[in-house]
Amino acid sequence: MKQWYLSKSLLFLVAVTLGLLVGSFSVQAAEEPELMSSGASVRDQASLQRGAKMFFNYCVGCHSLKYVRYSRIAQDLNLSEQDVMQNLNFTGGKFDDQVISHMPADMATKWFGKAPPDLSLEVSAKGEDWVYTYLNSFYLDPHSPIGWNNTVLPNAAMPFPLAELQGLQTATMKPGTTDVVEKLEISHPGTMTPAQYQQSMRDLTSFLQYASEPAALQREHYGIWVVLFLAVFTFLAYLLNKEYWKDVH
Amino acid sequence: MANVFSNIGDWVGERAPGLAPFYRKHMSAYYAPKNFNLWYYFGVLAIVVLVNQILTGIFLTMNYNPSAAGAFDSVQYIMRDVEWGWLIRYMHSTGASLFFVVVFLHMFRGLMYGSYKKPREMVWLLGMLIFLVLMAEAFMGYVLPWGNMSFWGAKVIISLFGTIPFIGNTLVEWIMGDFLPADSTLNRFFALHVIALPIVLLLLVVLHIFALHEVGSNNPDGVDIKHGPKGNRWDANKPADGVPFHPYYTVHDLVGIGFLLMIASFIIFFAPTFGGWFLEHDNSIMANNLVTPAEIKPVWYFTPFYAIVRMVPSFFGTAVWGVLAMFGAIAVLFFLPWFDRGQVRSIRYRGTGYKVALGLFVVAFLGLGAVGTGITAEVIPKWFGNVDLTTWENLFGRLMTIIYFGFFPFLWAYTHFGWEKTKPVPERVTGHD
Repeated sequence: MKQWYLSKSLLFLVAVTLGLLVGSFSVQAAEEPELMSSGASVRDQASLQRGAKMFFNYCVGCHSLKYVRYSRIAQDLNLSEQDVMQNLNFTGGKFDDQVISHMPADMATKWFGKAPPDLSLEVSAKGEDWVYTYLNSFYLDPHSPIGWNNTVLPNAAMPFPLAELQGLQTATMKPGTTDVVEKLEISHPGTMTPAQYQQSMRDLTSFLQYASEPAALQREHYGIWVVLFLAVFTFLAYLLNKEYWKDVH
Repeated sequence: MANVFSNIGDWVGERAPGLAPFYRKHMSAYYAPKNFNLWYYFGVLAIVVLVNQILTGIFLTMNYNPSAAGAFDSVQYIMRDVEWGWLIRYMHSTGASLFFVVVFLHMFRGLMYGSYKKPREMVWLLGMLIFLVLMAEAFMGYVLPWGNMSFWGAKVIISLFGTIPFIGNTLVEWIMGDFLPADSTLNRFFALHVIALPIVLLLLVVLHIFALHEVGSNNPDGVDIKHGPKGNRWDANKPADGVPFHPYYTVHDLVGIGFLLMIASFIIFFAPTFGGWFLEHDNSIMANNLVTPAEIKPVWYFTPFYAIVRMVPSFFGTAVWGVLAMFGAIAVLFFLPWFDRGQVRSIRYRGTGYKVALGLFVVAFLGLGAVGTGITAEVIPKWFGNVDLTTWENLFGRLMTIIYFGFFPFLWAYTHFGWEKTKPVPERVTGHD
């Protein structure tokens, strides 16, 4: 009798948990149906280093990482102070300074209509797949004031500085529409092949994902030991409990 | 060595003669039924989470800056520049969600085994007050990081008070201290979150436990062990089916605490945002009164109640009914001991009607949660194709609202008119796990 009730309670708990999980996954799947899978990973240090290089060569001219310090990048990406200060730091900041772009915000607003956003938390806010897809989805748009448009963020104010790498993409619109993009094609190749470009954007996305949460490197490192310790603790507690309760009938 | 300890013990005992009896009353000579099952872990787990919230909260306070200009940056400072700050913050944010997980399960345990019934009405009422204060505490805590969802969540929830006729708008301004959630709002929420409400919460928790220890714990059989035979291995005058809380239930609870910590650690270290459910994506953007998030919704634990606001239509030219219904959904729980006139406590021996009603109540609660989190808005078009979402969602949500509130009058009628066919309750508890 007792066992039956116990298993019923458990079954109920499991059902509720499963229901919530299924529900949450279906929500996430439905919200962003057209995003590409980035394959970004903060665990791939070489990728993070390449991504950092990408960011400091192509992005920092306009975008800051105001919560990220050069010294922290060196520490987390296993780079020397010299590496970072000579090859990445083009803003003239000190080693312990945060990454602040030289772009004056008021002028940027004048030039683009909107100051380029800080990218420290971009991946936290939008998700790595969104960032990756965004970087892959610029196309030439003669109707846009800056000449570029983006399928993920229509009418984005951002010009596309990576065009020399990816090449120029042209959009084919859905038949009967003027603003619904059916597909993007590279009409003028860039210096990278599509595969190379996608790998580069994967690196850049990984770096921005790291910038969103540098603690991710630490927590995954410690997490496994904490959980293992607790598993041993719980097992010992279970044995202790069994020992105490063996004479209660 | 043992002599030193007993000397210290004697010294303290002479100067605080009430201490040892107090310890005995609440720990070593508190006789709890020996048949507690899994559901009886959640009370102690709630205490563990409460302690975690207070300890991590203290350390967060050391580095948090309670101002509209500095709050968001200071949270990132904690996440990046404070040693182990990320761990402290994730423990606090995960703890907030797990607090509601364990409290919901703890309350459901009370419903299942009739723990709210005589003579434990006081325990239930104090518990409900804890729940109420906990909701206020969680809401204010959610505003503090000053992300965009904090801001808009605060705006929407505070605006609910604006539906009150005549004084609504003035009340909203008074709560916020401004025309929008602003620096003044953040400052007062900080004060309430870190000092005022935690003090009330701690006091209520102590009273909740004292009230419980006055009348004794219920158990999965709903049998009153105090009315059963006397005499156990420890005391000839205490219930035969009781065991001393310490050490028997302290070692027992240690296992449950171990499991909770394992689950919590897994979330903290491997999925701290829990897919955007514990820490929402829009909160990675600083509060901005010019940019509205695509969808404003409260954190998951408020969604069943929030859904009720949305499901109750406005009439007589005011939307206050939804707000009344939302608060009513919590208020009605206070009166549960008086709605339920049944003499049998545990679901094991109650009538089928009660089991079905409780099951439906849970379905309604989860269903309202699905409406509040936006799951129905995603699922309805997927399952039923091209239908009018608002109509269907309202139909579903209103049905769930009616079932939620219907539980209480049903329970009253079912037990008052003697429609319930209960099974015989055993004389003694039926064993233990």
